[in-house]
Amino acid sequence: MTFDPSIFTDHLGDIGSGFLVTLGTWSSGVVLGLALGMLIAVAQVFGNRFVRAPLRVFIELIRSTPFLVQLFLVYYGGPSFGISLDPIPAGILGLGVYGSVYFAEIFRTGFESVARGQLEAADCLGITRLQCIWRIQVPQMLVMILPALVNMVTVLCKETAVLSIITIPELTMVLTGIGSETFAFVETLLMLCIGYLILVELCSRLGMLLETRVGRFMSRQPR
Amino acid sequence: MNSLLIPGGNVAAPTRETTRESLDEPMKTNGDQSPVLTLSQVGKSFGNLRVLKGIDLQVQRSEVVCLIGPSGSGKSTLLRSMAFLEEYDEGEIRIEGQLLGWQDTDKGRRRAPQSQINQVRRNVGMVFQQFNLWPHMTALGNVCEALRRVRKLSADEAKKRGMAMLDKVGLAHKAETYPAQLSGGQQQRVAIARALAMEPHIMLFDEPTSALDPELVGEVLQVMKTLAKEGMTMVVVTHEMGFAAQVADSVIFLDQGEIVARGTPQQIFHNAEQPRLQQFLQNYLDRNAFWQDAKA
Repeated sequence: MTFDPSIFTDHLGDIGSGFLVTLGTWSSGVVLGLALGMLIAVAQVFGNRFVRAPLRVFIELIRSTPFLVQLFLVYYGGPSFGISLDPIPAGILGLGVYGSVYFAEIFRTGFESVARGQLEAADCLGITRLQCIWRIQVPQMLVMILPALVNMVTVLCKETAVLSIITIPELTMVLTGIGSETFAFVETLLMLCIGYLILVELCSRLGMLLETRVGRFMSRQPR
Repeated sequence: MNSLLIPGGNVAAPTRETTRESLDEPMKTNGDQSPVLTLSQVGKSFGNLRVLKGIDLQVQRSEVVCLIGPSGSGKSTLLRSMAFLEEYDEGEIRIEGQLLGWQDTDKGRRRAPQSQINQVRRNVGMVFQQFNLWPHMTALGNVCEALRRVRKLSADEAKKRGMAMLDKVGLAHKAETYPAQLSGGQQQRVAIARALAMEPHIMLFDEPTSALDPELVGEVLQVMKTLAKEGMTMVVVTHEMGFAAQVADSVIFLDQGEIVARGTPQQIFHNAEQPRLQQFLQNYLDRNAFWQDAKA
């Protein structure tokens, strides 16, 4: 097999913009997913059963259907429900909602990992629910759930490839396009793998850095 | 648990009248004569199991009351009800005249809003068997948290009051230490300081020394004795009969959710009349009999 780098140098601009679109949709999807996930988790842990039951159904629905199908529903099915979105907002929304249920489950186990007694102590001192979440529960659970969070974030990175089917010009769309134009399928697909590898590797490194940081915060020695 | 509608329970008429009076003046700071804590006909069930069966109890200002009894007798549930950590479902608990946890509506009794519950129990301090310190905060951070977030003190003021409280329990030098680096006894003293910082009018202790190594029990009891001497109103669930005998003004013996005996330490420990209490004390004596054997 001959490897012709000119395929890439000729399309450097397209590849670059594809990379940026992937990065953009991914990070926006992650932020949306984390925010929604936290809301769902808080509602699940502290809400009554009338809040919990529909959320449970929602989580199961998202978890047991393929991301591809969900995305089709949002983008192509959306207009029939009166939601017409451009490809990129639709993609971010789809990615965010898909991620949110997994993030919510991670947060929920986090909340449950903080001993009940600590919350009772806070309760007795007049500390409110919200203060309790942010001051007592979140800082403690972060250490425990960080690896799971990072893992889910990398999963979402790879799921952005699916966004190509709703015509978002991200990395997969760009490179497979170049592939079919030039018939250099192997080169472009290998390049695609390397692109995702770089993103996921960066994310994991960042996660590990964060883990040591948070870990150090948790086990500070007496000074 | 979703018991929004709770039947009013079997509250006697006179109690109901005093209820009205004190509701008219909810914030009245009572004179020293009125009890800090009043329980009337308090009952509580877990499913079909009735763990508290109509408890009547009054705690006067500066009084130290010790609750003793076998495990499963309901003494911890009773104490936790006094801070509304358990929703008692019959009768009334009043703290300085205010009804705790419930409010009467025309549809019956409903759980009071959280802000109202906090308002009623703002003068109640609670100390737990498992300390329940927040492990990601220093000793000082634990003591200051509620001062900052609830009392809204400035960082400096909170720190000053927090240090004073740690000093009171003899741990000022451990202010910057995290709970994991403290012994059990020290952790419990920090927990006491944390509760004291909010200037409670009554302190509730739920088996404060039961999770401690025997040799660490003394330092916690010492802090509690000092508190009692200073006139703090206290309700203590304990297995430390020595502490109860020395410090309590009255001792209450609970069994199967009922008060079986109550009286001065002298009456309870030396002149027990009820067979159930005699048996309980005999068990306790038997466990510690080797001391007597050695002396004999």
